[in-house]
Amino acid sequence: MNEEEQLMSEEEQLTTVREEATTATPSVVPVKKREALFSKKNVQTLRDPLDDTNPVTVQVLGICSALAVTVQMKPALIMALGVTFVVAFSNLIVSMLRRTIPTRIRIIVQLIIVAMLVTIVDQLLKAYMFDISKKLSVFVGLIITNCIVMGRLEAFALAQRPWPAFLDGIGNGLGYGLILLVVAFFRELFGAGTLFGFKVVPQWAYDMGYVNNGLMVLPPAALFVIGIYIWWQRSRNQKLINVS
Amino acid sequence: MYELINIFIRAIFIENVIFAFFLGMCSFLAVSKKIKTAFGLGLAVIFVMVLTTPLNYLILNYMLGEGALAWIHPSLASVDLTFLAFILFISTIAGAVQLVEMSVEKFVPALYASLGIFLPLITVNCSILGTSLFMQERQYTFAETAVFSLGAGVGFFLAIVLLAAIRERLRYSNVPQPLQGLGIAMIITALMGLAFLSFSGIKL
Repeated sequence: MNEEEQLMSEEEQLTTVREEATTATPSVVPVKKREALFSKKNVQTLRDPLDDTNPVTVQVLGICSALAVTVQMKPALIMALGVTFVVAFSNLIVSMLRRTIPTRIRIIVQLIIVAMLVTIVDQLLKAYMFDISKKLSVFVGLIITNCIVMGRLEAFALAQRPWPAFLDGIGNGLGYGLILLVVAFFRELFGAGTLFGFKVVPQWAYDMGYVNNGLMVLPPAALFVIGIYIWWQRSRNQKLINVS
Repeated sequence: MYELINIFIRAIFIENVIFAFFLGMCSFLAVSKKIKTAFGLGLAVIFVMVLTTPLNYLILNYMLGEGALAWIHPSLASVDLTFLAFILFISTIAGAVQLVEMSVEKFVPALYASLGIFLPLITVNCSILGTSLFMQERQYTFAETAVFSLGAGVGFFLAIVLLAAIRERLRYSNVPQPLQGLGIAMIITALMGLAFLSFSGIKL
């Protein structure tokens, strides 16, 4: 976890404590200003993970599955939706329970909440999209130990109210999905000449001697694509240099 | 016996958890800046993997699988609880790690000083849960499971120590600034993955 973010979440924790203090003392007027559902801060919580605090390329979370399920775009999309669902709802549930969970055993409690959500996703996939579920194999189960989920629970949900935590989950899920789709786009386009299973590279190109790039189908290609994406992102956005 | 050696070698080189499946990448990239810490994490992973995968095998085959509960009463033979596998696997791993952490702290303080900080990290290391899930998917026997988990652990150890060694040398080379740190680590891992791919030609 990078320091800046830790500082941020600590700050937010402090403000929540302060707010509690003000509401607890009866001398202070108990009218609390309600925050609008999509206030500026909330929108930022939702939008930042897409670029500035992207879970994969900046926070270094959830790389395992980002690499393994990106040979084709369709499984990548399903995986991204699954992770978004799990992160958003586990953030929501843990944030609701944050005052009840004892600190010492919080990791096990969090893991069980996450495992329950992942079991739901897995059973749904097996019931309605069996071929995709076979293709993703163990990687659906591995959403449990996907560092994005645990990372966001520890860094954000434990110190925040349910609604911002939910938005943070959606944002991080989408940020993860973005990387997945970018990597899958290049790998499927150059590796198989298709996108979402539809032929993109025309037949005459093959007739003229164009050959699919076999390297892109192999696992290391995903690392190359992400490495180059990071390079591009950081040269565009200088403040990200040296964060990790 | 031949089959067991085969699984062991395959798990280390050909189906290396890092280079073939990308499991445990998060800690692999985060804790590989120094050889010493990488060594500690590698050892801890081997230890936890060898402990939890056979444990999960027993849970799967005597509690969860179809007909696994028949040893309690024949009428339970039709019960299939496989859908609970994720929850029980991860609880076993989290519980075992906690137990190991407490007992190491109490009985071998010297080891705790060097391994201690890595143990909680390992609970959420994908490679541990991944090994258990592969064990389930490939339907290994108990002996095969034990050998496979040792092989997978050694594979992780090998990979993380190798990467740490390369990254220590990297400090003296002139990498473009936006690529420093995470970017170049990714590309090095990819190159190492290519090197490991050459093992896949070996027929065992």
